[in-house]
Parts: sequence; C-alpha cells; structure tokens
Amino acid sequence: MSASTAVKKSGPSAGATARRARKPRRAGWWLPYALLAPAVIFELVIHIVPMITGIWMSFLKLTKMYISNWGNAPFIGTKNYQVALDFNSAVGMGLLKSFGITVAFTILVVGLSWFLGMAAAVALQKVFPGRAVFRTLFLIPYALPMYAGVIAWKFILQKDNGALSHLLFDNLGLPGDKPFWLIGDNAFAAVVIVAIWRLWPFAFLMLMAGLQSVPTDIYEAASVDGAKPLRQWWAITLPLLRPVNMSLVLVMFLWTFNDFNTPFVLFGGSQPPAGDLISFHIYNASFLTWNFGSGAAMSVLLLLFLSVVSGIYVLLMNRRKDNA
Amino acid sequence: MHDTTGTKVFRVITITALSIFTIIPIYVMVISGLKPLKDVQGAFTWWPETLTIQPYIDMWKTVPLANYFMNSVIVSVAATLLSLVIAIFAAYAVSRYTFRGRSLFSGAVLSTQMLPGVLFLLPLFLIFVNINTNFGVQLVGTRAGLIITYLTFSLPFSIWMLAGYFNGIPRELDEAATVDGCGPMRTLFTIILPTARPGLVAVAIYSFMTSWGEVLFASVMTTDANRTLAVGLQLYSTQTNVYWNQIMAASVVVSIPIVIGFLLLQKNFVAGLTAGAVK
Repeated sequence: MSASTAVKKSGPSAGATARRARKPRRAGWWLPYALLAPAVIFELVIHIVPMITGIWMSFLKLTKMYISNWGNAPFIGTKNYQVALDFNSAVGMGLLKSFGITVAFTILVVGLSWFLGMAAAVALQKVFPGRAVFRTLFLIPYALPMYAGVIAWKFILQKDNGALSHLLFDNLGLPGDKPFWLIGDNAFAAVVIVAIWRLWPFAFLMLMAGLQSVPTDIYEAASVDGAKPLRQWWAITLPLLRPVNMSLVLVMFLWTFNDFNTPFVLFGGSQPPAGDLISFHIYNASFLTWNFGSGAAMSVLLLLFLSVVSGIYVLLMNRRKDNA
Repeated sequence: MHDTTGTKVFRVITITALSIFTIIPIYVMVISGLKPLKDVQGAFTWWPETLTIQPYIDMWKTVPLANYFMNSVIVSVAATLLSLVIAIFAAYAVSRYTFRGRSLFSGAVLSTQMLPGVLFLLPLFLIFVNINTNFGVQLVGTRAGLIITYLTFSLPFSIWMLAGYFNGIPRELDEAATVDGCGPMRTLFTIILPTARPGLVAVAIYSFMTSWGEVLFASVMTTDANRTLAVGLQLYSTQTNVYWNQIMAASVVVSIPIVIGFLLLQKNFVAGLTAGAVK
C-alpha cells in the first residue's frame, strides 16, 4: 500500500500503472462503450424491446379491441400457444400445414439454389472469352429490386396472357387447357421456382468468391495424377469451399425459411394453401383477424424452431471441424 | 492444360440453361413494357406487333409513381445513412478493442440479422399504435416510422459487414498513426475510413438495395401518404384489371438504377461480404 502511494506521487502515468495492477482498467476503457452506445441504443429500440414485447404479447388476449390500448388486454397465460399447437383446431392445423409446406419449400429452394450456384461457379471457374458477361448476367436477378423480379414472374405465370402458358401450350404444343399457376396446387411449384430464380445468384456469388482463393496448380497436379474432373471437384473444390458452404447454407436456410416477400408479391391477398409459407401465414393470421396475441405466439414458436435448428447446425459443423 | 470433352459439355449446358432461366423474366419485363395495352391483355407474344414507349409515359398517371419514387428514395437513403453512421463507430469498437461484452454484442448483432422480420413486425406495429394513443405521435403511415423499422435489418447487417471489413485493415496502420500522435477518433477518420471506402460503399449499396425492395414492413406501416414503390407496385399488380405493360415499364424504371449501381460495384460487394463471412 505504501509503495503504491509513493508511486502515485511520481506522476500520472506511473499512477495509472499502479491502478492497473489492482484493477485491469486502462485509461480510456470507456471509449469502446462510447463508440458502441448509439448502436446499443438503437438495437434496444428496434430489436430487444420489440422482442420482449412480442414475447409478452403472446401471453395476452390481444384482439382487435385491445390493439390501440394494449394495457387493457387481459393476461391469458399460455392459451395462445395451446391454440396454435392444438392440431385438431383450425388454427393449429393451418399452422402445421404451413410449417410442412415451408420445410419442403426450404429444402427444395436451398438445395437447388446451391446446386445451380455451384454448377455456374465451376463452369465459370476458368478464364474464357465472354466469362465476365455471363457472370454479370447471372447476378442480375439478385441485383434487381426483389419485387420487380417477382412481379415479372407474376405476369409470366398469368393463366391466359402469361408467357409460361404460351410457351408450354402454344409454342411446345402441350395438350390440354392452360392451368392456373398461382391458384391451387401449382402455386407451390410456382413459388419454389421464383424463389430459386432470386436465390441461386447469391449462392453463385459466394461460391465464386470462394473459388478465387483455390490455387489453380492444385488442379494441374491432380490431373497429372490422372484425376477426372468430377473427382477433382469432389476431392479438391468441395473441401476447400467448406468454410464458405458452412455459412452460405445457414444464411440461405434462414432467408428461405423466413421468406415473406416472394409469396406476398406473387400471390398478394389470395394466399393459395399450397403457397402458404410460414411468415406469410403468420402475417395473414395476424392482420386478417387482428389477433396479435396469437400471431405473436406463432412468431415466438418460429423463433424457437429457428434457434434450435441453427444451434444444432453450428454445433455439428464445429464438431466436424474439430474432428477433421 | 486442356479440358476434357465432358468438362466442355458441362460448361456449355450449364451456361446455356442458366442464361435462359435468368433472361426469360428479364426479357418479358423489358419487352412487355414496350407493348401496347391490347398486346398484354390477349395471349402472350414473344414479340409485339408494334413497339411503343407509351407505357413509360402513361405509368406516371395510372399510379402516383413519382410519389412512390420520392418516398422510396427518402426512406431508403435515410435508413442507409443512419445505419452506416451508427455502424462505423460500433464496428470500429468491435474490430479494434477488446472489452467486456464484446462477444455478447457481436453475437446479438449476428443473431438479430438472422431473425424473421415478422417477429419484429407485430410488436413494432403495436408499439407504434400505442405511442400514438398515449403521446399523440403518429408513426404508422409516416416516413419516420418506416425508417425506424428499416433499421431492424439494415443496422445489424451494416455493423457485421463493416466489422469484417475493418478487421481486414492491418493494425500496423493504426499503430503508426498512434505513434504519430493520432487519437483514436482521428485514427478512425484519417486512417480507417479512407482505407475502408470500398467496404463502406458495399455496405451502403446493400442497405439501400434491401430497403428499396422491402415489402413486409412497408405493407403494414404505409398508407397512401407514404407508400413506397415496392408496395405501390405490388398493390397495383393484385388489382383485377392490371395494365401489365405499364407495370413492367415501371419495374424496369425502378430496377435500372439499382442494377447498374450493383453491377458497377459488385467487386466491392463480394469483398465486403466475404470479409464479414470469414470472420
């Protein structure tokens, strides 16, 4: 103690050293917090508070009459969750169906988008004349404002004056009547194709960036050793793209599972059951009936599901990385 | 090194098929915007009888397109700039300092950008409505309210991507600046920001693109007074009697600035994205 008092007298910088010995705080320790303060305040306002509010809402009977004055909404415990998860009721059944459709949609869209993105990235891996043109072309669907691309598809998928009907029945001479593409069971295929059209360029972009860091002489060495192209892809390209793939698949999964824009712009208010993706379902359930309590409960269930899946995914990936 | 026949066939098929898949909707959009109305109401034709630019003139009267345009520009620019400024400081702190709560903050930022928008939509709408009931401040149906909701996706992304970009800037630069007597803020403004300019551009493009195309919040938080292009055109396309030629023309007009901006700066964008992802 006496030593530190003695040091303190010798100057401010020496005093700071003595204080650090007791408590690990440097001069200016507050600076990162000050830098972070605006972000933290905004994060609180736009994310944390709404999330807590959302969880709280899910325990309230928050129907139309209480929305503009939520203080009066009665607390009903887990009633909203019970209704949402009661698969014998219309609400629960609707949610379960929508969940099933969303799972199928996500698997198809993420899988095929990854496949197309990978095929294009490999096809454009080597330099050839015109490569830059195709690369630019392939990125356009991703660069387009999302609704513009989907509205174009909506026009293509019109029954009588759309391009798809014209192509299949007038140009290619398929027998039968022109079907509805956006109503009935075809709506599922329609929303899958449109979502792939928008998503695969992103996979292409990321995989192409990943391939740039793969040295070309590895391939030369492999082909000298007699490895066929497919084998080279399997043994060289795929393992080297692993870090990219890990985050790419997770991001694509979350985007696709939560996709609201595609069904909303494609179907508008009509929401065919076959294209009833989960975000769209929750949105309609909340804003058609104005039952925000029930909508909040469904949102929380969606959040729990996504957290569990993402958590398991990250754990599995990290474990495999450690084993490798 | 020569390609095998198989490789060549794979390349030709892949590129041809994907080019057709990519081009058809774009072609339909562009060509239909140049068709007279009767051409888009009957069966589709790949080539119009007469080409006309009339849809590009009429569309401004059919829907209040100029109004929508204005709203979209203001809201997207404001959300982009606001999140960029906040993100610069936050990313600097995360990238250059170790402090208690750093990983908590980064984790929160990373996870919030993954969450579904619908999770925030209902509470924010409820909060906005109740702020109006209790304090008389109107947020639903105003640009300010829409900007706040747009920050829910543009802010976390900007912080995450910029932090990745800042991490790629060698620390030796900071240290040299410190030796020269620069304080932390001067280092940020004179060293880090100029070096990170491609990253700043990429973040700004991304925020702007996402805000420009956003429909979830806009469909709930806008009324006729502050309708954006995204919901304005979406609403119009759901009407029973749609002037498809005009809506396609409008889609072309709203896309051109975004597509050109993105394509010109795609290199920055990829670099920024991968810098963030590798972290």
